[in-house]
Amino acid sequence: MKKLLSKTYWEDQDVEQLVGLQLRFGVIISSIVVLAGGTFYLLAQGQMAVPDYTRFIGEGQGYTSFTGIIRGVAHLQTKEFIQLGVLLLIATPILRIAFSLFAFVLEKDKLYIGITILVLCIIFFSMFGGLKV
Amino acid sequence: MSILTFTIILLIGAYLAGLLGSLTGLGGGVVIIPLLTLVFHADIRYAIGAALLASIATSSGAATAYVKEGITNIRLGMFLEIATTMGAVIGAVIAVYTPTNTIAILFGSILIFSAAMTLRKKNQEASNEGSKLAAVLKLNNSYPTKDGEVNYKIKHVGAGFSIMTLAGVLSGLLGIGSGALKVLAMDSTMRIPFKVSTTTSNFMIGVTAAASAVVYLQRGYMDPGLAFPVILGVLGGAFTGSKLLTKINPTALRIIFCVAIIFVALEMIYNGYNHKF
Repeated sequence: MKKLLSKTYWEDQDVEQLVGLQLRFGVIISSIVVLAGGTFYLLAQGQMAVPDYTRFIGEGQGYTSFTGIIRGVAHLQTKEFIQLGVLLLIATPILRIAFSLFAFVLEKDKLYIGITILVLCIIFFSMFGGLKV
Repeated sequence: MSILTFTIILLIGAYLAGLLGSLTGLGGGVVIIPLLTLVFHADIRYAIGAALLASIATSSGAATAYVKEGITNIRLGMFLEIATTMGAVIGAVIAVYTPTNTIAILFGSILIFSAAMTLRKKNQEASNEGSKLAAVLKLNNSYPTKDGEVNYKIKHVGAGFSIMTLAGVLSGLLGIGSGALKVLAMDSTMRIPFKVSTTTSNFMIGVTAAASAVVYLQRGYMDPGLAFPVILGVLGGAFTGSKLLTKINPTALRIIFCVAIIFVALEMIYNGYNHKF
């Protein structure tokens, strides 16, 4: 743990390299989840008629909330599995901000620690601010 | 049409959209909206949800390559992200009160502007004069070239910040990365060298799109049946595009595609005007 918190350890590792890896893994993992969910979705429902996308009716609870998606995945619902991949994809750039915050903390750059936290707060407000109306 | 056939056709379409977005430099998201609305006649709200996912996927995928080169100005990106994420939240709120036809017309106009932007002359010069605010915010930086590190300084931080807010609003309203506006703010206003502005704008696109994507997901704009072929298709197309770009000179191709995009944009405006959305 001490090693993880020491500045020199992370300088050697280069936070930027780490960010590159995080982005790559984020995209790869979400694609794999989407592909897996999508394949089973096609196997189960591929022969059915296409839903009517010309009229907007929105999606049900199962696809629009974190708990709904997780519950669906726990019940092995294929479409919720695709939505889990969607969640992971959306989380990828947000996680990148968190990584940058970590880098600024190591550099003891107070101004940018503040700016990064502000950006994270705006995103969290967007998530939990009840803007879905 | 069965779901299987629909998914396969959309997968191919999204692949071509990703390829086109990558070759023209417009990004994967913008081509998805006309593809879904004009070809598949889907409601523009579903198209916006899918396009946001396409923007996040392509920007994160492309960023992997840029991060290593050390061209992206993370501080500049982070500072301007205050503007774009705030704008994106505002845009997502306004979207509820905006008629879909208006959104279509606005989208067409932005598409024409974006296509024109990719064809214009780019700022290659690194500026040596910077403003006071840029120094205070530590925005001045350097980037590696063949002839060593090039230092650059940044001007008009306030104006750039304002254009970024607008870019964020449009991105939240239309579900696109609005990379063209971001590059305009950095390139023409803040006088940042082209290489830095493109990579930094790419870094910002993913974050801006994520800020409004969390709202749209909760609003039910993101359909799993569309997300599946769109995400995978666009990623594949963008990957092929980035490989192709190292082999071919894209100038002629870019002009042809941009002209094609302008026609698509005109059709979006025309349909929006005639209340077909």
